[in-house]
Amino acid sequence: MRPMRIVLAALAAVILLAGQALAQEESAPLPNERWSFDGLFGSFDLAAAQRGFWVYYNVCSNCHSMKELHYRDLAGIGLDEAQIKAIAASVQVPKGVNDQGEPIQGPATPADQFRSPFANEQAARAAMNGALPPDLSLIVNAREGHADYVYGILTGFTDPPKGFNVPAGRYYNKVFPGNLIAMPPPLHDGLVQFADGTPSTVPQMAHDVVTYLEWTANPEMTQRKQIGVRVVLFLLLMTGLTYALKRKVWSDVH
Amino acid sequence: MAGLHKSQFENPLLAWIDSRLPIPSMMYKEYAAFPTPRNFNYFWNFGALAVVTLVIMIVTGIFLAMEYQPNVDLAFDSVQHIMRDVNYGWLIRYVHQNGASMFFIVTYIHILRGMYYGSFKAPRELLWILGVIILLLMMATAFMGYVLPWGQMSYWGATVITNLFSAFPVIGHGIVTWLWGGYSVDNPTLNRFFALHYLLPFILIAVVGLHVFALHITGSNNPLGIDVKSPQDTVPFHPYYTSKDSVGVCAFLIFWALFVFFAPNLLGDPNNFIAANPLQTPNDIVPEWYFLPFYAMLRSVPDKLGGVCIMFSSILVLFFLPWLDTSPVRSARFRPIFRQVIWLWVVSVIVLGFVGAHPPLGFWVPIGRLCTLYYFFHFLVLLPLLGVLERPLPLPESISRAVLGGGGGPLPSGAAAKPMEKA
Repeated sequence: MRPMRIVLAALAAVILLAGQALAQEESAPLPNERWSFDGLFGSFDLAAAQRGFWVYYNVCSNCHSMKELHYRDLAGIGLDEAQIKAIAASVQVPKGVNDQGEPIQGPATPADQFRSPFANEQAARAAMNGALPPDLSLIVNAREGHADYVYGILTGFTDPPKGFNVPAGRYYNKVFPGNLIAMPPPLHDGLVQFADGTPSTVPQMAHDVVTYLEWTANPEMTQRKQIGVRVVLFLLLMTGLTYALKRKVWSDVH
Repeated sequence: MAGLHKSQFENPLLAWIDSRLPIPSMMYKEYAAFPTPRNFNYFWNFGALAVVTLVIMIVTGIFLAMEYQPNVDLAFDSVQHIMRDVNYGWLIRYVHQNGASMFFIVTYIHILRGMYYGSFKAPRELLWILGVIILLLMMATAFMGYVLPWGQMSYWGATVITNLFSAFPVIGHGIVTWLWGGYSVDNPTLNRFFALHYLLPFILIAVVGLHVFALHITGSNNPLGIDVKSPQDTVPFHPYYTSKDSVGVCAFLIFWALFVFFAPNLLGDPNNFIAANPLQTPNDIVPEWYFLPFYAMLRSVPDKLGGVCIMFSSILVLFFLPWLDTSPVRSARFRPIFRQVIWLWVVSVIVLGFVGAHPPLGFWVPIGRLCTLYYFFHFLVLLPLLGVLERPLPLPESISRAVLGGGGGPLPSGAAAKPMEKA
């Protein structure tokens, strides 16, 4: 088939060129981590996600909001009702206004949104040297490279190459586009204590918090893949049945 | 004369209804007994697939609209509310989000099938033109639907595309302000896009109705591109093509499900997971994949107005296809040159898709211009010339002869001589 050969050759050429162009744009190659949620049947390592929540709770949440989540959602990483109530109660959130019309604060309940560290963008920028810490609810989905990229940022703080000028208030990160990030290195060994005794090294904490962030971005993933397997199997069966039916219907014509 | 319709149905209730409102008779005539060429290949599934997709899109869309908030302060979070808090909201949304891509895949293949087998040629010109109108409506609907989640790419895509109208001299800026309902893409824009995104699919249904109506007047084309000449050339639509379409629908749903359940965001842009921010422009503003070839043509012309005209012309030229293609032979099977160059055109469109995904720099610029030129060269030069220059292969005597070979059974006497009346 000559036409098909032309098509394939032209496509191959374009894909090659596109690949070269992409390779030139990248800063540092992303780490290629193994994730529990990879693949058609991957699901969340709940122990890792819970440790990741602990890192978020103690470290990330000091600067980053997570507005799309409510404390009740934590049931999705296997926390029980009592744990969720305790976590929520440990956080002070805005509770509307009192009878005098003054804003009040109070301990959160499972129905509350995750606490945001700053009242608004201006407050965040004023406290953060002009930079705005992004909301983390969807961060894994919102970056090219996804989980590997976020892991790469968290573990990508290295000494700058010789002659690379790092201005005050900026930090060198080998994965971040442009290599100058406003976030100081957030993790260092032993920063948090894990209840299950897992040693809190930087790669371990980064891996766990990314597992947690993958869950916050795609909390439906496990159920989605489980339903998907059943849907595809059902449709395969239906395709087979309808094909057999079609063959039978057409048998008197062919 | 007024009077009851003579119903052929035996079921008394059905007959009672049918004699007063003969929709069952019409359905039987158009979808059961309807004589259909016996030699369709699986490319003839794609019209049915498009209808199935349209229905699924409307049903999922109605449920999404029950929870979605068309307000710049609420839209982004309301989509996350659907994804997280609404029962199976993630399923409904992912079916709808990926459904847009499925709709374009199916429709583009349907269009290519029409081009390859000459389905647009007389007497099906109006059928084809209605199809191009459907494509335009689809594009408008998809564009406005993509704005609704109010992510970064929603906002900036809307800004870039609506701004195209400012290229028109004198009235351009007035048109853009009128489209926006203000001086930038803002709440009034989002509100009206939501209203129109809900409206247009129903207009789409009406035009699809006309498209199918016209199809049932001319009858379907077929892979040989020759007219139906005798009852031997056809089979009744039911059960032959209902069963064959069912196979296609099931296979297509598997393809769709693989995206929905296992790679729901593969075709999307990470930037749309960031809420719209009018103060921060993404590095590169790119439309969804199904608009990339047209976007590439837009950016291939160094002049803004020229680019806009070329982009709109790339669709407008399709309206004239029945008269640009001068060959009397429909099917590419019997057109030795056309069946090669049609693939070159397909390659130019696919390459334009890659070009559209990259900033117009370096080698992408000449490649984009070359392919844009070829796109129009195909329609405006090659097709009119080929009708004169190309020597088509001999056409088979009839569909049944070609399908069943020499031993296809004798034609009923006289059937070959007198053209069969068409339903």
